[in-house]
Amino acid sequence: MAVAARKSTKGPAQAKASAKAGSKKAAAPQFSKDQDLAAYRDMLLIRRFEEKAGQMYGMGLIGGFCHLYIGQEAVVIGMQMATKEGDQVITGYRDHGHMLACGMDPKGVMAELTGRRGGLSKGKGGSMHMFSVEKHFYGGHGIVGAQVSLGTGLAFANRYRGNDNVSLTYFGDGAANQGQVYESFNMAELWKLPVVYVIENNRYAMGTAVARASAQTDFSKRGISFNIPGEQVDGMDVRAVKAAAEKAIQWCRDGKGPYILEMQTYRYRGHSMSDPAKYRSKDEVQKMREEHDPIEQVRRRLLEDWKVKEEELKAIDAQVRDIVNESAEFATNDPEPDASELWTDILK
Amino acid sequence: MPVDILMPALSPTMEKGNLAKWLKNEGDKVKSGDIIAEIETDKATMEVEAVDEGTLAKILVPAGSQDVPVNQPIAIIASEGEDPATVKSTGGANLPGHAVQGGVAAEPVAAPVVAPAVIESVGEAYDASGEVPAGSEMVAMTMREALRDAMAEEMRRDETVFVMGEEVAEYQGAYKVTQGLLQEFGARRVIDTPITEHGFAGVGVGAALAGLKPVVEFMTFNFAMQAIDHIINSAAKTLYMSGGQMGCPIVFRGPNGAAARVAAQHSQDYAAWYSNVPGLKVIAPSNAMDAKGLLKAAIRDPNPVVFLENEILYGQTTQVPKGDDFVIPIGKARIARPGKDVTIVSFSIGMTYALKAAEELAKKHIYAEVIDLRTIRPMDIETVVASVMKTGRCVTVEEGWPQSGVGSEISAQIMERAFDYLDAPVKRVCGKDVPMPYAANLEKLALPSVQDVIDAVRSVTYR
Repeated sequence: MAVAARKSTKGPAQAKASAKAGSKKAAAPQFSKDQDLAAYRDMLLIRRFEEKAGQMYGMGLIGGFCHLYIGQEAVVIGMQMATKEGDQVITGYRDHGHMLACGMDPKGVMAELTGRRGGLSKGKGGSMHMFSVEKHFYGGHGIVGAQVSLGTGLAFANRYRGNDNVSLTYFGDGAANQGQVYESFNMAELWKLPVVYVIENNRYAMGTAVARASAQTDFSKRGISFNIPGEQVDGMDVRAVKAAAEKAIQWCRDGKGPYILEMQTYRYRGHSMSDPAKYRSKDEVQKMREEHDPIEQVRRRLLEDWKVKEEELKAIDAQVRDIVNESAEFATNDPEPDASELWTDILK
Repeated sequence: MPVDILMPALSPTMEKGNLAKWLKNEGDKVKSGDIIAEIETDKATMEVEAVDEGTLAKILVPAGSQDVPVNQPIAIIASEGEDPATVKSTGGANLPGHAVQGGVAAEPVAAPVVAPAVIESVGEAYDASGEVPAGSEMVAMTMREALRDAMAEEMRRDETVFVMGEEVAEYQGAYKVTQGLLQEFGARRVIDTPITEHGFAGVGVGAALAGLKPVVEFMTFNFAMQAIDHIINSAAKTLYMSGGQMGCPIVFRGPNGAAARVAAQHSQDYAAWYSNVPGLKVIAPSNAMDAKGLLKAAIRDPNPVVFLENEILYGQTTQVPKGDDFVIPIGKARIARPGKDVTIVSFSIGMTYALKAAEELAKKHIYAEVIDLRTIRPMDIETVVASVMKTGRCVTVEEGWPQSGVGSEISAQIMERAFDYLDAPVKRVCGKDVPMPYAANLEKLALPSVQDVIDAVRSVTYR
């Protein structure tokens, strides 16, 4: 299991944006050793899973679109650490990390990527379309921005039922410019719906840098005209994410309406597998990886602050690798769906 | 066990590439994420990243090599504890999918794909006479009242049913269809939305995915074009995309088609559009009784239903059976008038032209069988075909445009299923192929007329 392919630029460095994500150094609240260990393991699972998915894509085992979450792991893990049973999650097409964070079976996710019958959608949804009623994961949506209205609807259902669950509605800096986002903001605040809008600002909508597409690049301010509070969060620091998530989720549970969290994060890989990587410099990517990597930050704390032994981390690495290899093995050998599946699940 | 590094592919169509350079040398330690080589194709350069830890034991393909096939081992990594000097390539055997040739997944075993609808089968005509329970007390009511009663009854029956849309609550409905619902059910279940079709359609679908049963009213279906992404991409496709896990029990309803003198942007029939989409049910009733029975069925249905009403029909009165249990099955047509010489198929307001034409034709001893489709999808083509086998002739009537219209679909189905029974080509009576004009005379010309139907029948009966 040795390779993953990553396109990179050959041309001169463009887009000399400074590394903004991760630059906020307001002291994040400390984690306990157990929390650091859990975050390390959970983020590593996403990282290794995605590397494997990239590798399997390169081998032709995964088709179509494949959007990897590598670099953004702290966002979904930190958010998930602040949730309770029954809270819903919905996101766009870069969704593998969210599903793993929700506790969905890595074998089922990987087998969906390879289009096999053991996939979470029986092979009929693919990378962008998986769901779990049991884990309260509502997809996996391929139309940019659609999940924002849908996630607002999940919050509507919570309010209608009178429970105190919260809808975590994730979207990117690109989706943040869609009209229905603001239609949803308006209704969410008007009806005090319990929804946390998590804007994963990874600085590029496909190849378009934020500043080239957004008149207001501070996404935490996007709710101001609706009176929705928002804040910018260092999305590379899982502790900062969890702290912000706790605050936002509590706001929603208290019946105060929606909350916006702009997660300043970064994706290391291309938008999808076929990404020309001409829109940002290699140095920019390298700098983020070296200075702000979410997993490396936790790893350093574990070794230096918590004096965890290298062997102990290696054991976690091995355990994660086993899960990922097992999922790859399953996804490779599981048969394709039966031809009769073509005609099922169209109507209930 | 040593691990082979294979020549990666960037896309399923890439078959070979050039090995531009090695960034690690034999004997170097590598760990996960390290870039070890660069690969070139005609489109881009890519980096090869290590996923495992170990020592780069052997480079099998030197830098500068051209046209290296995808999946060919290019290097070997020795795991910890292995002697890099003695490891051998496994030929890729340690990788999942090593049996894959040329980067393409093995062909599935060919299995015959059988469509559920067997074209040759001849179904029976549906008999709607049993729909009204025997001994039911009949009351005269308008379609507007019938629709309101259907919603009210279902809201009393099921706490998860709610109504949302523009002006549905305090204004009592832009067309008074939701009159009185706010007073009975309160603002929690009868919800005025902002003018934001795309957004509230999505909110409705999200609530349905979470298990509620929204009835989303569009002030007209013309405005639902703003929301059509959620109707199709979010509502109709989710069950399939989730492998049957997540359903979407929602009704999108409101007036559809031309009203009177409201011009092009407010006068379009969307029956054909929605009927094109698997995963949706599409209903278009022509009278108060069907409207009530079918709207109740739509609200109880676990699937997304597009319920197309008609503003002109709202005020028309028919007899409707009393009682909460009157439900009409979705997907069944009704023979509105029996006959033997020609089959006229229509729905919604088209039935007005069809029935008047049939009456006129009867005076000339041409007896038309008039079929009200009621549901456009799934279409009760069996009832249509059974009738055409009897009459040998068919005319379709709709206000929508001709190209790819409902009539076009019926015509194709009849040709596939009952070609040998036809004594004349199927004729379509449609709205004219123009945007709806405002001027009274032009508007009249743009819509189908009773005379158009009579002319079409006479041309297919050669009388």
